[in-house]
Amino acid sequence: MHPIVAALKHHKTAVALVALEIALTCTIVTNALFIIGDRVAGMRVNTGVADDELVWATSSGLRDGETPESAAGRAAADMAALRAMPGVKAVARVNTLPLASRNSWGTCLQLKPGDDKKSALCTVRIYAGAPGALETLGVRLVRGRGFLPQEYRAWSLFDDKPPPAAVIVSRDLAERAWPGEDPIGKPLYFGDHGKYASHVAGVIGHLLNPDLDAHGQSGQNVFLPVTAIPGGMYVLRVAPAMRDAVSRDLPAVLDRVDDQRIVTTNQVYAQTVADYFHDDRALIWLLLAVVGCLLAVSALGVAGLSSFWVQQRARQIGIRRAIGATRGDILRYFQAENFLIVTVGIAVGSVGAVGLNFWLMKRYELAHMPLAWLGGGALVLWALGQLAALGPALRAASVPPVVATRAL
Amino acid sequence: MFGYYFGLALRSLRRTPVLTALMVVAIGLGIGASMTMLTVLRLMTADPLPGRSAQLYYPQLDPQDMQGFKPDGDPPEQLAWIDAMNLLHARRGARQVAMVHGQVVVRPPQGEGRAFFASARYASADFFPMFGVPFLHGGGWSADDDARQARVAVLSRELADKLYGADRAVGQELRLGKDSFRIIGVIDHWNPQPHFYDVTLGKYQNSEDVFLPLETAIALKQPRYGNMSCWGDLPTDENMKNADCVWLQFWVRLDTPAQAKDYREFLVHYSEQQKALGRFQRPPNVRLHDLMGWLDYNHVVPGSVQMQTLLALGFLLVCLVNTVALLLVKFLRRGGELSVRRALGASRRAVFVQLLAESALIGLAGGAVGLLLSLGGLWLLRQQPAEYASLARADGPMLLGTLALAVAATLSAAVFPAWRACRLAPARLLKLQ
Repeated sequence: MHPIVAALKHHKTAVALVALEIALTCTIVTNALFIIGDRVAGMRVNTGVADDELVWATSSGLRDGETPESAAGRAAADMAALRAMPGVKAVARVNTLPLASRNSWGTCLQLKPGDDKKSALCTVRIYAGAPGALETLGVRLVRGRGFLPQEYRAWSLFDDKPPPAAVIVSRDLAERAWPGEDPIGKPLYFGDHGKYASHVAGVIGHLLNPDLDAHGQSGQNVFLPVTAIPGGMYVLRVAPAMRDAVSRDLPAVLDRVDDQRIVTTNQVYAQTVADYFHDDRALIWLLLAVVGCLLAVSALGVAGLSSFWVQQRARQIGIRRAIGATRGDILRYFQAENFLIVTVGIAVGSVGAVGLNFWLMKRYELAHMPLAWLGGGALVLWALGQLAALGPALRAASVPPVVATRAL
Repeated sequence: MFGYYFGLALRSLRRTPVLTALMVVAIGLGIGASMTMLTVLRLMTADPLPGRSAQLYYPQLDPQDMQGFKPDGDPPEQLAWIDAMNLLHARRGARQVAMVHGQVVVRPPQGEGRAFFASARYASADFFPMFGVPFLHGGGWSADDDARQARVAVLSRELADKLYGADRAVGQELRLGKDSFRIIGVIDHWNPQPHFYDVTLGKYQNSEDVFLPLETAIALKQPRYGNMSCWGDLPTDENMKNADCVWLQFWVRLDTPAQAKDYREFLVHYSEQQKALGRFQRPPNVRLHDLMGWLDYNHVVPGSVQMQTLLALGFLLVCLVNTVALLLVKFLRRGGELSVRRALGASRRAVFVQLLAESALIGLAGGAVGLLLSLGGLWLLRQQPAEYASLARADGPMLLGTLALAVAATLSAAVFPAWRACRLAPARLLKLQ
């Protein structure tokens, strides 16, 4: 290695510039790749419902003097009309759907009554569903029983009334509340001071929350049997091939029941899930574009400098060839030189990458970057450097020994 | 002189087309990415009411009970009805307005069939003069109209056009839900961005289509639509006038810093007085942000936009380091030519300026590439569903700024290589040739 280092001492500035460029690229690329990996992992979720078979819609009545009774009557008429649509297998009303980001009811439940804050389970999401909701969504019951018809009642998180006597909890919530125990029949307390008790009738498998939070508690929810759901939605289970047609025809069907309304939302559920991650996808593409441009710019810079050096040192190369160095020796020499410079750049850049990650963590609540990502970034840059140096190094290897004899 | 330098520069650049293209593209990419994000950032942090914003203030009080009390916590971002009315009627500012967002059912005169929702703002009378809202026809309401719950409405130009034709709207009766209102004014195009006067529902939403007097709208129970946070018992009265909830936005105009100082003291006195009355429980905790300070406090620029801007600037930095390296190569390669010029009598300074002129040309070309790229970048941003998407547009300052930034960045990148190149000893290089 020694002759390489000695030769580099003659080009301190240029070497420093290349190393600096590699270091900056390493800092940015490592963090960008980490963020991409983080977002890709975040997007791989299982909603727990039949993603490809659902269509949902919300409608807002324009009539004055609407009473709970008239609203219930209209909802029943709507449901009947929707059920009659071709391709529709089932219809139900729910307050919200996983990742729908709307009408999401969050609360703290207590395992004991009274002001026992220690037993409180917070950031629990509530799903409220009218009869048939679980079946329509395609949520599987793993223990216990479903709701009985007499258990349904009018209830909302926002009025101070006792909730339904039976609830179904998600497996994630059951494991948090009663680890290792049988949750069936266990009480859960609702309301201020845990004054209303309900009992667990059944457990469903995984069901994702209407919105995801950063703390990873994204599957802890309870399902309640509720008849009148404020701000609720119609959800339709349809044959996957029919969902676009159903969604297209749905406003007209509802309008025929009653035209004093506005169909405020009407969406194929798969689209809802895709929309939820739109920002993540946009960020991933942006970061990929920036990483691509950065790597291209760095590679071109390295290639430009290397070819300048080759040109400058044509005579020395000729001399080395004349006294016995093979083409392979010359090629390896330039590749090794590049490897050395890039390694210095990576070393500096890795420190920068960790620093940038710390700063981003503090400022934007980004996750902590495992050190393995540094290795990944280093591999990318080493490969890039070797590729960028290959052209100039090949040109160097093709310098004929006769150059050594040319006049000064 | 410069003409000669540019002539030389053009010839030199044409001799090394690949290297030149490389530099132009690198600068173009860096400038394009940075200018796209800087333009978005500039428009997002723009002053929504130039000329007025320095006099507008947003007061905050803390009427909550002691539950969850932290000594250095921030007060709520909105006011309760009682406090809003007390501040409004105290008239301590040159003007003041209390308001809330709403959503109304518009029943068009053409027929019942196609009623629709419109966004609304329920505000006290000073809203229009205080924010300098331009009227196309008619005008706003008076404090008196507000107090006696007059059934009057002001419409946006777009809505008036849709319903009647903008010129015929004033004087018409408009049905909103179950109530009827007389239209007394039509607002010309007015859409301050960010939507500073109410940031609770979205920082870049559009201004509303229907404006009603606050007292009227609350008395008629026109639907409110917005953020509300409550403490204590669940509210029982339907119009929320006595509820332990904050749900109103409040602005006050204070013309001098002395008035602002007085107003802050007034807020503290008011809090003490309310505490003495037993309504407030916490020690006085007031804030009085001016308009730009309020936007800053509310973080109107999303973290993602800041991060993308930093990323773009980091990218530009790499591109510039790259340019420094490539210019160094380019200039040092021409040691022979520069030495001839030095030997013929050009001063170091002249050679330095000549090399900078060449870099300026590269910067200009890079700026042109960057401009095209940032126009493309802004177009891409406009296709996104983000609420600030419509702000991503090119304008005059952005076009000039792009070229200026490109030239300035390239020149600064060129200083070091040019300095190195003009320090070469001419005699040695000439001997080598």
